[in-house]
Amino acid sequence: MRQRHNLPLLIGATLVCLIAASAVFAPLLTPHDPTAIDPAGRLAPPGGEHPLGTDRLGRDVLSRILYGGRVAVVVGGVAVAIGAGAGVSLGLISGYQAGRLDAVLMRAIDGLMAFPALLLAIMVVAALGPGHIQTMAAVGIVLIPTFARLARAQTLAVRGQEFVHAARALGATDGRIVLTHILPNVAGPLLIQATVAFSGAVLAEASLSYLGLGTQPPVASWGGMLQEARDVLFVGPWMAIWPGVAIALAVLGWNLLGDGLRDMLDPRMRRATRRRAVR
Amino acid sequence: MPFVLRRLLAVAPTVLVVATVTFIALQVIPGDLVVVMLGMDARAEDVARLRQEFGLDRPLVVRYMGWLAGIARGDLGTSVAYREPVARLIAARLPVTVSVAFAAMLVAVALALPLGVVAARRAWSGLDLAVLAGSQLGLAVPTFWLGILLLLWLAAAVPIFPLQGYAPLFRDPLEWSRHLVLPAVALGVDRAAALLRLVRASLLEEMNRDYVRTARGKGLGDGFVVRRHVLRNALIPVLTVAGLQLGYLLAGTIVVEQVFGLPGLGRLLLQAIYARDLVVVQGVVLVVAVMFTLLNLLVDLLYAAVDPRIAYD
Repeated sequence: MRQRHNLPLLIGATLVCLIAASAVFAPLLTPHDPTAIDPAGRLAPPGGEHPLGTDRLGRDVLSRILYGGRVAVVVGGVAVAIGAGAGVSLGLISGYQAGRLDAVLMRAIDGLMAFPALLLAIMVVAALGPGHIQTMAAVGIVLIPTFARLARAQTLAVRGQEFVHAARALGATDGRIVLTHILPNVAGPLLIQATVAFSGAVLAEASLSYLGLGTQPPVASWGGMLQEARDVLFVGPWMAIWPGVAIALAVLGWNLLGDGLRDMLDPRMRRATRRRAVR
Repeated sequence: MPFVLRRLLAVAPTVLVVATVTFIALQVIPGDLVVVMLGMDARAEDVARLRQEFGLDRPLVVRYMGWLAGIARGDLGTSVAYREPVARLIAARLPVTVSVAFAAMLVAVALALPLGVVAARRAWSGLDLAVLAGSQLGLAVPTFWLGILLLLWLAAAVPIFPLQGYAPLFRDPLEWSRHLVLPAVALGVDRAAALLRLVRASLLEEMNRDYVRTARGKGLGDGFVVRRHVLRNALIPVLTVAGLQLGYLLAGTIVVEQVFGLPGLGRLLLQAIYARDLVVVQGVVLVVAVMFTLLNLLVDLLYAAVDPRIAYD
């Protein structure tokens, strides 16, 4: 059969790599300090020394977008690590042990799921106070239930299979069975979920920063830049456009990467839909 | 026990969990709650007075029981900043948030249904791929950025859309709808993108069923089969998801209210967070989460009503 190109994977991976690279190499890509204030050069339109213009404090918008990418990547990465770490652990334990522990853990997860995600994140930040460390924790907590549910469902599906019985018969401990036999077998869907969760985390960080609850000034963050643009919307529209483009590209990249991975790991899904569609 | 009764009974524990999580999250915060509310340089007598006023000198369990009893009576406490009952503050702002959420839902369904149907009927054509690509973009664009772009390009250029503010429905319905259009579009486009993918997938699934082949075999036209047979079945999962989306839209309005200066629950919540008015924060979070839970219940009940194949015994 002819190999079909996985376009979402290709575009998604390219976008993600570009954003990650621009975040890592930000100091090499721009000569300007993202926090350097220049009152004389405030609200300069795009062009010349400042390709994307300057903000109301005279800071270079391009530099702030590149450095803002660092915040997005770090907050997204840590939040997904918290959400996946806690969620997958709970899900594995819940699914493997079953019984009363499973019931208690799942009720707690249901309790977290009873809140719309953004509201839960806002509540956590309201309790912990604003800041990007708190944002990582808030977004991480929001991500726990989805990972826990998915890991539990996947674990329930494989825990009765023969390779698990075989491992137990050979004397493997519960911890070893879960970590070396069950986890690798349920990792595919969890990897896809992590990719999609990353885009959600970037969006959540931007939303919280836009509301003034996430990353605090003068640290550059895409959502924070949009908040600063609000007061000078009609004087410096470039301030409101480029950070949004950056958020959209990052979210698009991670979403497409997730879609592409799903197609790659479960090719039946896509082929079946295509075949059916041909009448 | 009948499904409806069972489902209704299941709501009570969920609301209890929601109330408990809200209470714990905002009571067991790092540091002294009163110092957090009044700031580090507050006078000792103010701290002592507020501590007594909020009953913070009582044990946590007593406060928790008092909070639950208050909820049962519809009493969510008194705001520190506004010096008004929280329930009254919420009641005054709820219509704004609900209006925006419903209007956004309307935009989402109005966009998703026709686009989803067209995409499914021309599956894998150029048009379908364009719609799918558009939906990916719709999902990637943050609602608040779309709101800002709408303000920048539409509200400034076309004076029929006001830049900021809100007008109550019963005072002036026309003004009310003018103020809602842009927030609803900003919030609705993202949900439309999610819904249309579901409409498309659901329709594709249904179009391969035997009853569709039979209908076609009888010589019925494609359009007729889709309208009369396929859509009715394909829309059942869409209805469920649309109902759940409404709950998410309630939370989504928090951000959009900020963009368009709408005096809704989101605005109240944020001002309360900035002012460290944690009693209001607690109240708003509880009300939105309970509404979210009740919407889920409504969707479940509706789901059983529209699909007679589902037997909940």
